Amino acid sequence: MRLALTFIPLLVLFFLVSCEREQRNFRAAPPAARSESLTQSQIQPGQAYTPPQTKNPTEYKAYELSQGKQLYEQYNCSGCHFHGGGGIGPPLMDAKWIYGGDPQNVFQTVIEGRPNGMPSFRGKIPDAQVWQIVAYVRSMSGQVPKDASPGRSDSMNTRSEPEQLVEPTVTKQAGQPPSTVQSK
Amino acid sequence: MSASIKSLIKGWLSASTATLCLMLAGCTGPSTQSSVDPMGPQARHLSRLWWFFCYSLSAIFVIVVIVLLLSTYKGWRESRRALEDEHDEERPLIVPEPERERSMKRVVLGATLLTGLMLFVYLIMSFITGRAISSPLHAENVLTIEVKGHQWWWEARYSDPTPSRIFTTANEIHIPVGRPVMLKMTSTDVIHSFWVPNLMGKKDLIPGKDTTLMFQADRPGVYRGQCAEYCGLQHAHMAFIVVAESEEQFAAWREAQINPALEPQSDSEKRGQQVFLSSPCIMCHTVRGTQAGSLIGPDLTHVGSRQTIAAATLPNTRGHLSGWIVDSQSVKPGNRMPPNSLNPEDLQALLDYLQSLK
Repeated sequence: MRLALTFIPLLVLFFLVSCEREQRNFRAAPPAARSESLTQSQIQPGQAYTPPQTKNPTEYKAYELSQGKQLYEQYNCSGCHFHGGGGIGPPLMDAKWIYGGDPQNVFQTVIEGRPNGMPSFRGKIPDAQVWQIVAYVRSMSGQVPKDASPGRSDSMNTRSEPEQLVEPTVTKQAGQPPSTVQSK
Repeated sequence: MSASIKSLIKGWLSASTATLCLMLAGCTGPSTQSSVDPMGPQARHLSRLWWFFCYSLSAIFVIVVIVLLLSTYKGWRESRRALEDEHDEERPLIVPEPERERSMKRVVLGATLLTGLMLFVYLIMSFITGRAISSPLHAENVLTIEVKGHQWWWEARYSDPTPSRIFTTANEIHIPVGRPVMLKMTSTDVIHSFWVPNLMGKKDLIPGKDTTLMFQADRPGVYRGQCAEYCGLQHAHMAFIVVAESEEQFAAWREAQINPALEPQSDSEKRGQQVFLSSPCIMCHTVRGTQAGSLIGPDLTHVGSRQTIAAATLPNTRGHLSGWIVDSQSVKPGNRMPPNSLNPEDLQALLDYLQSLK
């Protein structure tokens, strides 16, 4: 009896742990009501400016990532970037970023547009959806948790782990032939 | 003791009467969403099958209950008699009765066979009905409509041999009375199911696969349809209406729908069009004849002519429309339309424009 009395509350506590439910906020701020906090360029006069490191909370949620994937198709991102391999626009599944690959950089790219073709979606897409797209774009190069990123694509598979950029280096040591480390 | 039993019986009686009244309240008049109020040959087959099942199974249920009560009564009487005979020490408690056991065996066997036979009859009836409602239509002038299920609305594309006469609409399907209709259906996301109880049975819409459904309406009217396969948060609000009308009315409607959107006339409507084209609306909706051509949301070319908005969730009135545009998430949480912040003049102009799209 006493054993049960001690164990039942423990068991209840144990099960209550699983009660935290992922919150989905559907009433996100409308597209036009956006606060301007990010800057387009990192080059500043005067002192060096370190941009705030924005964390994209949607990157950890499978639902948000799959929404981003749908939106990527529907808003026709795939029209230029295809399914990550690039074509008219640059590829998104490698580790090379022209305008930065941090979440805030990708966000900025979508909102502001970039020279040579990337249109600005300012005022057209609500922020919440842009963050979802940003999360999905970064998932293409394997920069989001593997367990959250969408699997089973209809198109070519994107990376599940970030690409390691390894510069080809030639090491010369006495008595050994030169060995080359290839980039992945 | 007897008083408490009396009150128990009284409570039971009043409760069951109330339940019966409540159930009977659902039986009133011709309904716009009822499978026992058939308006076409396919629905009639199904309704006939349903009533056959209902009557025969009710009869079987009553018979079973009567037999059960009778045998309980008989058993009770016999046990009473056995108790009265208890003083007889010579007689053993259980006496083998081979004659009786044989007859019981026969009864059980007969009942089992009868049950199997009835199940077989139901199987045959279901099979015949299934054949009848899914057999291809051998008519000349079948109207073909391509239906696509989206989370959480319906897209209807009226096909035509002449490409310029193909048009797309949403959540409102018009059909001519007395003419067979064939639906070619598929889904863009998850499995949905197309169901207008007055007109036909359910048919699933499966992504990546075409399913066909044939039906016909015999009487003009507006019938409500509903997604019948759970498809996400707003499954319950994924409805549509089928408007069955005369051949002339249908032809007129079709001609009107084929046309591109009407040009805005008043200043307010013109401003509304500009608002539409410069705000997030253009990201998802099509208005044929303008630059808006996205296929994510419902086609709005003739949205002013529709009876409902938001997949038959709200009547298409100015107030509901404006509420939907500004904060659709309060009506259907989770739907794909984001909230919009428009200044009042822009919103009124946009409403003028949308309502003018007849």
